Amino acid sequence: MSVLHCADLSVATLQTLLSAKLAQAPAFFLQAPIVLNLNDINQIPDFVSLKSLFTELKLVLVGVTAANPEQKAAAHAAGLAVLQAPKANVKAREPAPAMPPATSAATSSAGVAAVAATMDSKVVEQTVRSGQQIYAKGTDLIVKGAVGAGAEVIADGNIHIYGSLRGKAIAGANGDTSKRIYCYNLQAELVSIAGNYWLSDSLQGKFWGKSACIKMQDDSLVISELV
Amino acid sequence: MAKIIVVTSGKGGVGKTTSSAAIGTGLALAGHKTVIVDFDIGLRNLDLIMGCERRVVYDFVNVINGEANLKQTLIKDKRTDNLFILPASQTRDKDALTRDGVEKVLNELAKDFDFIICDSPAGIESGAMMALYFADEAVVVTNPEVSSVRDSDRILGMLSSKSRRAEQGLEGIKEHLLLTRYNPERVEKGEMLSVEDVKEILAIELVGVIPESQAVLNASNSGQPVILDKESDAGQAYLDTIKRLLGEQVPFRFLNVEKKGFMKRIFGG
Repeated sequence: MSVLHCADLSVATLQTLLSAKLAQAPAFFLQAPIVLNLNDINQIPDFVSLKSLFTELKLVLVGVTAANPEQKAAAHAAGLAVLQAPKANVKAREPAPAMPPATSAATSSAGVAAVAATMDSKVVEQTVRSGQQIYAKGTDLIVKGAVGAGAEVIADGNIHIYGSLRGKAIAGANGDTSKRIYCYNLQAELVSIAGNYWLSDSLQGKFWGKSACIKMQDDSLVISELV
Repeated sequence: MAKIIVVTSGKGGVGKTTSSAAIGTGLALAGHKTVIVDFDIGLRNLDLIMGCERRVVYDFVNVINGEANLKQTLIKDKRTDNLFILPASQTRDKDALTRDGVEKVLNELAKDFDFIICDSPAGIESGAMMALYFADEAVVVTNPEVSSVRDSDRILGMLSSKSRRAEQGLEGIKEHLLLTRYNPERVEKGEMLSVEDVKEILAIELVGVIPESQAVLNASNSGQPVILDKESDAGQAYLDTIKRLLGEQVPFRFLNVEKKGFMKRIFGG
């Protein structure tokens, strides 16, 4: 889950900073669940107005982490989850390398330290066999092998298949029409993006048995060859 | 340490029992002490293929229930040294097998034998799951046609997710593809999938290709594993398969249509 580190939690500052960040890649964080890291904050933020700000920016504020007891109570009152700070655990086990002072100075002046790394893609190393179902929740799915006839691969993000696609592939399962399906050899039973699907009958043609990319364009699926 | 090999396919009638009998016999011929266990409770066939149906006194379920011990139950093959058969029960059903019971029997067999061949029933229900659960290696028997290939794909999925090795996070089951009833003439006419097609779909290593042969049916009818018919193409193909299972590199035979010679063309053959 994306974690937001921030030195100043006033609604106005956050709005400008986050809008700028989101403008770089509008679809990337669309409806992304966000956790606020309160490590650098001492006062109790106004969680209710923060929540509505996030909703306005098409983000979902789900919880806080590294909160002190008063902040925890306030977060509970606002209906937010309080999560264990993972960083602290890691630090307890191995001392983290000291942050280069230059960077921390730069980021703290910027206010938003980092909208931390996004969720890792789900990677399947082998072939997905008939009868198996794989779901990459909230992320991309990468299959190194083939997807057999009668197998199903589903992702909220994009789907990449480096073998043959003989089963079903369903990308953008939570309704995101910008997601795509890439496969090395298209022989699918069904491809679907955000609920718009084609059966294998509609896929027969010049892309059958070839590498292909399937995407949504003007409310319709479009196939193009990979080069 | 005994190696447990399951012979499985998902689909019925593709040659699991024939292959179990041939592989078990072949390994014994190669000097390894081998037992073939019939997991097809209620549809006992292995004893017929091995020609020992009149010598079945106790069975696998009796051993699990503690009604007989292994020594009483194992049938020693009369033709081949080092070879034993553990027959299935004909009067019970698949639910008679419990995981603990099977484990106990396999552990006991593992003390005495080099190879334990588990002849799996068809399907993907408890009987087949029981046969593959403890396996170290799997021989996936497949006919060159689409439904058999898909069922094999399904079983391969089970092997990599429902076996003991998968559940305990050990190194995965070693999977071998055994293509049976292969008919090069029909492949050439486009009526059958080719070796390459099947290999491409299943993406596992090929251990043998057994040609469709009259010798297989003859062998089954006479209760003699086809591998003992060393003149036959099927028998030779199984002998090659055993060598590959034991790690030898052997070129594949019987993959192409045999060109009829001049004499054969004139006199038939």
